[in-house]
Amino acid sequence: MRLVSNGKSNADAVVLRAVVLSAVDVWKSYDEGAIQVLKGVSFEAVQGQTVALCGASGCGKSTLLHLLGGLDEPDRGRVTVNSIELKGMRKRHLLLRHEIGVVFQLHNLIADLTLEENCLIPTVAAGTDRRSARARLQELASLTGLSHRLDHRIQKLSGGERQRTAICRALMNRPKILIADEPTGSLDASTSGVVFELLLKMVASEGLTLVMATHDRAIAERCDRLVEMRDGRMEDR
Amino acid sequence: MIFLKLILTNLRRHRIRSFISIAGIAFSVAAMLTVVTILQGAIAMFSGILSSDSEIIVFERNVSDLFFSNVPAAAVKDIASWPMVRNADPVLFGIVSSADHPIITCFGVTAGDARIRKATWVSGDRDNFAQHADDVVLGERAAEFMAAALGSTVQIGHGSFHVIGILKTANGFEDGGVFMPLSAAQSFFHKEGTSSVVTIKLRNKEDATLFKSQVKARYANLIALEDAEFTRTYSQFRILKATAWAVGGCGLLLGGLGVANTMIMSVFTRIREIAILRVNGFSDVQIGGMIFGESALVSVLGAAVGLLIGACSLFGLKLVPALHGYINAEVQPVVVLIVVLLALLTGVAGALYPAIYAMRIRAVEALRFE
Repeated sequence: MRLVSNGKSNADAVVLRAVVLSAVDVWKSYDEGAIQVLKGVSFEAVQGQTVALCGASGCGKSTLLHLLGGLDEPDRGRVTVNSIELKGMRKRHLLLRHEIGVVFQLHNLIADLTLEENCLIPTVAAGTDRRSARARLQELASLTGLSHRLDHRIQKLSGGERQRTAICRALMNRPKILIADEPTGSLDASTSGVVFELLLKMVASEGLTLVMATHDRAIAERCDRLVEMRDGRMEDR
Repeated sequence: MIFLKLILTNLRRHRIRSFISIAGIAFSVAAMLTVVTILQGAIAMFSGILSSDSEIIVFERNVSDLFFSNVPAAAVKDIASWPMVRNADPVLFGIVSSADHPIITCFGVTAGDARIRKATWVSGDRDNFAQHADDVVLGERAAEFMAAALGSTVQIGHGSFHVIGILKTANGFEDGGVFMPLSAAQSFFHKEGTSSVVTIKLRNKEDATLFKSQVKARYANLIALEDAEFTRTYSQFRILKATAWAVGGCGLLLGGLGVANTMIMSVFTRIREIAILRVNGFSDVQIGGMIFGESALVSVLGAAVGLLIGACSLFGLKLVPALHGYINAEVQPVVVLIVVLLALLTGVAGALYPAIYAMRIRAVEALRFE
C-alpha cells in the first residue's frame, strides 16, 4: 500500500495516508471510439480526503467516477481501489458491497419500497444479519434526520429527504470510499447546502474518502482538494 | 425478507400479467393432472378386470392389443390341469354396439369365472348364467343406459339377447359391459375355440416364476405375466401413459412459454431497478436468484391453483352420470409430485434467458440512459 503526505498538513506535522483510489493514464471512449471522454487521466485520493471534480458537462467527471467505483471499465490505463487493480476483477460486486458507496444525482431509490427497505438493500446484498442492519440504519437515520420517515414510501419524501436516503443507503455497509456524482445537482440551493453539509458530516464521522463531481464552485471549494477537468484531462488546483 | 419483497413487489406491480402467468401454469397443471389421473385410472380399471381373483395373465405373445390375442382352448385346458394352478379362467374380450351406444365392452366368460361368482347380483340368479347361448348379464351401468331390466331383450350388434341378470361391480368397464357365456361370445365374435386371455390363480403365489417358465417352455406363442408386470409392460398401457404425459407436457410447455414471456417483460421493465441493486452490491447470483425466485413463485402458485382446479374437475367428472364408474379420480401422490416438479422446472426454464439477461445488465449504462 502506497502512502503519501496529506496535502493540507504543514511541514511540522506531516500525516502519511494510504492511497485508496488511483487511476493511472486512464482512457475511455464511447461509440467504439467516436466519443473520446477521458484522455490519459491520472488521479489519486488518499484515505479520509475529500476531492471535488469540477468541470463543464461532458468533460468526463461522471465517467471517471464510474471507473473509480468499478462500475465501468477503462479502454486503457489502470484503476486501483485499496491497491487492488480492478481490471479483470471477477467479484467486483464485493467492492460495491463493502468498499465503495455510490450516490448519484438522481436518488435512484426503488419507489415501491419504504425508506427503510431502500436503505437495507446493501445489507441484503452483504447478507448482514437483520439486527445489525437495523441498528446501523437507526444510527444513520439519526445522523441524517430521517428517523421519523423510515416507514414512508419514497413518493412521500421530499427531494432533499430522498437524497439523504440515498446517502444513508450508500453508507449502510460502512464503505471506506464514497463516490458521489453531483449529489446536490437536482436540488435547490437551500436543500443542496443542507445535503452537502450532511455529506461532509458523514464523511467526517465515518472517516470516509469522498470523491465528488459537482458544478457548484462553493461546494467544491470546501473540499480538501479541487480537481478541474477539461476535455477529458485533469488539472489539479 | 426484503429480497422476497423485491420479488413480490414486481408481481404486485403487474398484477394482470402475473395473474395470466399463474393461470397459464395452473391450467397446464390441471390439464396434466386430469388427463394423467383419468388415464391411470382407466389403466388401473382395465388391470382390475384382468387381475380379478387372479395373479397371472396368459395371452398371445407379441400382440399389440389383447383384443387381438388368441389363446387356444386346448392350452387353457392343459394349463388348468397343472397342479400348481387353482383356477384358470378364459376370458374373451370384444367390442359390441347397441342402439345409441357405439361401444360396449363384452366379456365372454365361463360360469365359474370370478367376475360372475364374486359380483353383486342386483337382479337375476348367477346359477342361470351360461344356460342358453342368447343369455346375457348386464353391468348395472349398461342396463341403465340400455334401459334394460331383468327378462328384457336387448339388441347387441347384429343379435338379440335375453337379459338374465344385472350385476354391480366397482369397476367402470365391467359395470358398463355385457357378460356372455364364453361359447356364445366365441361364436358372436367368430373366435371359436379361443379366448383373449386366461387369468390364473395359483395355489401358491410362490410358484409364479415356475408357472411363467413352464408356459414359456410349453407354448412358444404364449406369454404369462404377473399382474403388476403386465400393467407395467403392456404396450397399450405404455402408449396411453406416454400420451397422457405428452399431452400434459405440451400444456406445461405452453405455460412455460407464458412464464418466459412474463419474466422477459419483468426484466425489461425493471432494468433500472436491477442496476440500482447492482450498484448496491448485488452479485450476479443474487440478481439471477431474484428472477428465478419470481418465476418459481409464479410456478408454485400456478401449480397450487392447478392442483385445486384439477382435483375439482376430476371430482366433477366423477359425478357426471354418463361417466359413472369410468373415472377413477384417485390422485396418486407421485403424480402430484411429478406435476409440481415439472411446473417448477418449466418456470425455472422459462426464467433462464431473462435471468441471464438481467445478470448482464451493466449498472452504469442502465442508470445513464434511462
